[in-house]
Amino acid sequence: MLENVWLIPLFPAIGFIINGLFGKRLGKRAVSWIGPSVIGLSFLTSILIFFELLGRPPMERHFEKVIFDWVVSGSFQTVIGYQIDPLSILMALVVTGVSFFIHIYSVGYMHDDPGFTRYFTYLNLFVFMMLNLILANNFLLMFVGWEGVGLCSYLLIGFWYEKDSASNAGKKAFVVNRVGDFGFILGMFLLFTSLGEHGIWTLDFTEVFANASKLDPSTVTAITILLFIGACGKSAQIPLYVWLPDAMEGPTPVSSLIHAATMVTAGVYMVARCNILYSMAPVAMAVVAIVGVATAIYTASIGFCQNDIKKVLAYSTISQLGYMFLGVGVGAFSAGIFHLMTHAFFKGLLFLGAGSVMHALSGELDMRKMGALRNKIPYTFWTFFIATLAIAGIPGLSGFFSKDEILWQAFSSSHGHFLLWLVAAVAAGMTAFYMFRALFMTFFGESRIDPHVAHHIHESPKIMTIPLMVLAVLSVIGGYVGVPHVLGGANHIHEFLAPVLGGAEATQTHASLSILSKAWASGGETGGHSAALELLMMVISVVIALIGIGMAYLFYIKNPALPRQLAERWRGLYRLVLNKYYIDELYEVLFINSLKNLSTGLWKGFDELIIDGTVNGIAYLIGWLSSILRKMQTGLVQNYAFSMVVGGIILVAYYIVRALFY
Amino acid sequence: MAENVAIAFQWLVFLGVAFTSIIASILVITRKNPIHSALFLVLTFLCVAVIYLLLYSQFIAIIQVVVYAGAIVMLIIFVIMLLDLEEELRSGLKLLYSKVIGGVLMVLFLFGIIYSVVAKSPTGKLGSYTPDKLTANVKAVGEVLFTQYLFPFEIVSILLVAAIVGAVVLSKKRT
Amino acid sequence: MTIPPVPPELYLVLSAVLFTVGVIGALTRRNAIVVFMCIEMMLNSVNLTFITLSRFLQSLDGVIFAFFVIAVAAAEAAVGLAIFVMIYRSKETINVDEVNILKW
Repeated sequence: MLENVWLIPLFPAIGFIINGLFGKRLGKRAVSWIGPSVIGLSFLTSILIFFELLGRPPMERHFEKVIFDWVVSGSFQTVIGYQIDPLSILMALVVTGVSFFIHIYSVGYMHDDPGFTRYFTYLNLFVFMMLNLILANNFLLMFVGWEGVGLCSYLLIGFWYEKDSASNAGKKAFVVNRVGDFGFILGMFLLFTSLGEHGIWTLDFTEVFANASKLDPSTVTAITILLFIGACGKSAQIPLYVWLPDAMEGPTPVSSLIHAATMVTAGVYMVARCNILYSMAPVAMAVVAIVGVATAIYTASIGFCQNDIKKVLAYSTISQLGYMFLGVGVGAFSAGIFHLMTHAFFKGLLFLGAGSVMHALSGELDMRKMGALRNKIPYTFWTFFIATLAIAGIPGLSGFFSKDEILWQAFSSSHGHFLLWLVAAVAAGMTAFYMFRALFMTFFGESRIDPHVAHHIHESPKIMTIPLMVLAVLSVIGGYVGVPHVLGGANHIHEFLAPVLGGAEATQTHASLSILSKAWASGGETGGHSAALELLMMVISVVIALIGIGMAYLFYIKNPALPRQLAERWRGLYRLVLNKYYIDELYEVLFINSLKNLSTGLWKGFDELIIDGTVNGIAYLIGWLSSILRKMQTGLVQNYAFSMVVGGIILVAYYIVRALFY
Repeated sequence: MAENVAIAFQWLVFLGVAFTSIIASILVITRKNPIHSALFLVLTFLCVAVIYLLLYSQFIAIIQVVVYAGAIVMLIIFVIMLLDLEEELRSGLKLLYSKVIGGVLMVLFLFGIIYSVVAKSPTGKLGSYTPDKLTANVKAVGEVLFTQYLFPFEIVSILLVAAIVGAVVLSKKRT
Repeated sequence: MTIPPVPPELYLVLSAVLFTVGVIGALTRRNAIVVFMCIEMMLNSVNLTFITLSRFLQSLDGVIFAFFVIAVAAAEAAVGLAIFVMIYRSKETINVDEVNILKW
């Protein structure tokens, strides 16, 4: 089955082609079967490959399949090839699995939309590109997938393109992504040329990482920081996060799939994949960690005041991505990936739940107009509640294990620091607060629903609630693959990812991973006092989460007037946070206006004046010249005869002179 | 002595005919009445025919008289009479610049030609037809025309047919 | 003392003079038929050159060429005069200065 890894991206590609070319003709029913089922087939193939991989001993869990040669140029060769190793198969499972359920949900959610077939075409294309990104065995193919998911994000954010706000949001997403991609490209180029100086012309992952130790650290630092800029764009970190809140203009399943579970995690995946490079550049890792944790706390603060339920979830996503980057930034690559997995479950579920709430309230987004929905849409409520518990880090659910792993590593890893842990812990408390705020405002309290809408409240159909339930189950049990040693578990996920990402029982033969192994061994979890410290940290983080929940309860259930009073007392601060710290406006003044002026200047001054002027001028010149020359056509035959005579004279004179004098 | 007489006679004939032809040609271009011009043209052609005789080309001389002076000029005169032209008005010598300049250029060119002809006499590989052989002119011309130059001969016949047909078609009255 | 025979240069000069007169006439006269006559004169002068050189280079090629020139001149006369007749029919004039529709 490993041989057939190319089937995993192939199925969504087939879905894309069929839906794209024949969707309108086949009709909604056929598309609603084809769309999800190709993803289901992909998921099935991924599961089969996963089990086959498990059957192999840990050191041999690496397989590459070349589809065909792509670039053959001198000593540089790139192929279209897919590689299977623990990291990529785990990501593939997450992507295909979550996509599958979101596709099923979309069949119900988008049922009345006229662009039904277009939606599934784009969604299948997105999954295809994402799988290319994950399964690629070289930087170039990964970049193809990278750009492809950016494209699909644009297409899907601007899905309802007749709305100005939607198409603008799509453009914003694409352009901001492009800024990040520029960094990625530069990083790739730098990597290529610096390896080339040693005579190695390649961009394949295995060869790059095997030869990475030949590069000098400052070059690697530059490369990794450039690559991280790309990750900032794709995964919405400071300063390139501004597109993600606007991306909520797209349909809710899109927000769930792309902007929660899969696309935005591409940056984290990339950093994890290049862990060998990052391990060689501690400066870059510090940058990653600091940016991650700063983003986490910054966007958590914005989440306090947002009234649109999807925007709250968007800022929450950015914040959790900050956590993932914190994880990989302190060297805990497997912890970051673990959190990526659990986040996909509960954040995907949260978005789908929000979609379900909107469906029930006929499209209402504003939480100030919701309330007391708990008994009216029970399935949605309970699944939403489970997901909120998970994201807050309540013990027993998946979010607890992954978040705690990151917090512990932020504190104890050799790249970590106490301050990182502190800020991250505060952000965790803030997360708990605003997520429960959202929960309480939506489902509890008094009903602030518009009476017209209140008549039509209904639970979503089964096709939408079943994916919710599946994801809720996963949010609960998904964490148990990563129970840390200190709690008695075997931390399966860490062991599984160790050959790729480094770990205590990791290979001794992989020389370039020794940096990490040494760090691990010294930080080690075998000492008794470290275990106690870890348990203490865990308790502290749970307490912080409970404090956050308690405060949310206080603000929104016990004393609902309190938020408004606080907002009035600190009006300036409230307005600042409500308007997202005016960052969008700042960007507009700093970057957009100057660019606009530059391009207007170039347009009017250069394009119109010089280029058009030249082209038109040449045409005008020729016209003027010919208006002079055509006076030769007098129509009088004798004038023409005269010209012939003159010509004849010149000709004969030439021959005479030549004969006589030469 | 007899030679001298013959050559002197040749000179005499040549000079007389040459001057006549030049004067006649100048009169062709300066007469107002086109019929006068046509008649002087005939004179020019006849003088040139005489010169052909001096050059031992009896065949061409006769052809010149028959075709050129006889047929072509006749055709011209018929057309002049058909078109009922009035005398060309010479009021206000309306000569365009190009015509004047063209004339001057031509005269200059003439001097150039004369100079070049006088400066270098025509030389070349001599062929095989000596003046003695040229006495039986028609036979000699026929020999060459129907063997070596047969193809152009046939083409010219087609050309003449085309000209006849063209002339007839062009002058039909449109009804 | 022998008088030299008539040199070929004189014939060529005569031909050149006739040609020049023909050109001047073709460029100057306004009556189209007179222009045509001058063209015939030009052809005639060229014939003279051919015959002269044929005689003095002792070949018959020039004679043949002159023969063909006469044939073509005849054909040209027929067609050309037919065209003049047509122009007269449509324009009532044979003045070359008035037939200038192909002006710019």
